[in-house]
Amino acid sequence: MDVDPIIELRDIRKSFGAQRVLDGLNLAVRPGSVSVVIGRSGGGKSVLMKHVIGLMKPDSGQVLVEGQDTVPLTERQMTPVRRKFGMLFQEGALFDSMTVAGNVAFPLAEHTRLSRREIAGVVEDKLAAVGLGGMGYKMPSELSGGMRKRVGLARAIALDPKIVLFDEPTSGLDPVMAANINELILQTRDEFGATCLVISHDIRATFSIADEVFMLYDGRIIASGPPEAVRESADPVVRQFIRGEARGPITIA
Amino acid sequence: MTRFFAWLGGGFLEAVAESGRMALLLWEAAVSLVRPPWRVGLFFRQMEFVGVNSLFVVLLTSLFTGMVLALQTYHAFRLFSAEGLVGATVALSMTRELGPVITALMVTGRAGSAIAAEIGTMRVTEQVDALAVMAISPVQYLVTPRVVAGLVMLPLLTVVSDFVGILGGYLVGVKMLGINGGIFMNRIYELVELSDIYNGLAKAAVFGVILALVGCYKGFYTSGGAEGVGRATTQAVVLASVLILASDYVLTSLMM
Repeated sequence: MDVDPIIELRDIRKSFGAQRVLDGLNLAVRPGSVSVVIGRSGGGKSVLMKHVIGLMKPDSGQVLVEGQDTVPLTERQMTPVRRKFGMLFQEGALFDSMTVAGNVAFPLAEHTRLSRREIAGVVEDKLAAVGLGGMGYKMPSELSGGMRKRVGLARAIALDPKIVLFDEPTSGLDPVMAANINELILQTRDEFGATCLVISHDIRATFSIADEVFMLYDGRIIASGPPEAVRESADPVVRQFIRGEARGPITIA
Repeated sequence: MTRFFAWLGGGFLEAVAESGRMALLLWEAAVSLVRPPWRVGLFFRQMEFVGVNSLFVVLLTSLFTGMVLALQTYHAFRLFSAEGLVGATVALSMTRELGPVITALMVTGRAGSAIAAEIGTMRVTEQVDALAVMAISPVQYLVTPRVVAGLVMLPLLTVVSDFVGILGGYLVGVKMLGINGGIFMNRIYELVELSDIYNGLAKAAVFGVILALVGCYKGFYTSGGAEGVGRATTQAVVLASVLILASDYVLTSLMM
C-alpha cells in the first residue's frame, strides 16, 4: 500500500466468554476508498465495526485511526476521534422521539455553533442528497425501511465526516432500493470525499461498488484485494462463499 | 447439594455485580452533571414526565389512603375514646411514611417502568450506540436528566401527597364521622413536628433517585429485542419497589 491507511486494525483478538470472535485480525483501509468486509452472518462483522468506532475494546491488538491508537483512550478522549466518523446503522437507529429533520439536525446542534437557520439549510441539503428533500417534517415511524436508512445516512454525513461506516446497508431492502443505497455509498465517497467502510453479506451489491474487498472468516481476514482478484481466489472458503454454495469447507454450525 | 450452593452463590455474585454496575452508573451520571454541555431542556422535559405527569395519580392514591386511614383509626380509637387523635395519626403516618412511600411506588409504576422501556428500546434499536458514535455520552444525555428529575420531583410530589392525604383524613374524620374539626386540627399542630415532614421529604428524594436509576440501569443493560424490553421493564418495577421499601426501613431507623 503506497499511502498510509486511514484505518488500520492490527492483530485484534476478542472473545465473549469461551467464544473467540476475532482471532488475530489485520485490516487496512485506504483513504478515499469504498472498502467492503464480507463474511457470514454472525461471523463477527458487526463486532469488527464496533472495534473501529470504539464501541468495543479488543482483548489485545491495536486500532489505528489516522495513525492514532484508539484502544487506550477513554470515552471522553474518544470524542475528537468519533467526530471523524459517521455511521449508518443496520436499522437506521433514528431517534424515534424526533422528526426526520430533528434527527439530521441533532449532530449539528450538538457539535457546531451554527444558527437554527443555518442548521435547517444543512439539513435540507443532506436530505436532498439522499433523495428525501422536503420530508423533514415526518416522524421515523412513518417511514419505510429504505427511507429510514437514507435518513440515517443523511444524519451520518451531516458533519461531513472523513469516514462513514455502513452496517449491512442493503439488508432487508428490495433490489431497487438496495441499488439506490449502493449509489448513495458511491456518492458519499465522490461528493463528500469520505472513506467508506461497509460490512455486508450481500455479494452482488458488494462487488459492484467495492474498491477493496475483505473476506472475514473464522475471526480473521482470509482474502483481500480488488473485487476481481477476490472473485478469482483459489481459496475454497472464499469460492464457496462468493458462489453461495451449500457444500464446501464452510459448515453450518 | 453442590448445585444448590452453586445456585445460591451464583445468585449472590450476580446481585453484588448488579449493585456495583448500578453504583457506577450513578457515579457516572453525577460526574456528568458537572460537565458541559448542560442541556437544560432535557432536564425540564424529564421533570415534566416524572413529576407533573404523575401528579394526578399521586393525588388520587394519597386521597384514598388518607381517607381509609381515618376510617380505620377512628374505629380503633373509639374503643378507648381517643377519636380526637385520628387527625394526628393520619398526619404523622402520611408525612413520615405513607406520603413518600406511596408517591415513590406510584411514580415507579408510572415513570420508572416507562424509563426502562424507553431506554431499553433505544438500546435494542442501537439508538444508544448511535448517541455514542455521535460523540454524545449516553449517560449524560439519558441517565443524568432522569435521575435529577427523580431527585427533585419526588419531594415535591410528596408535599402534595402529604397535604391531600391529611385532607382525605379530614373529610372522612370530620365531615363523615363527626369528629370535632377543631380538635382534629389542633392535635395535628400539637403532635406533628417540622422534622417529621423534612425526614419524609429526604426519604422521598432518595426514593426518587432509586426509581430513576433502576429504570435507567435496567434499560441500559437490555438485550434480546422486544422480549428483552418487556423483561427489563418488569424487573425495573420489581427491583425499584423492593429497594424503595428496604431503603425506607434503613433510612427510617437512621433518622429515629
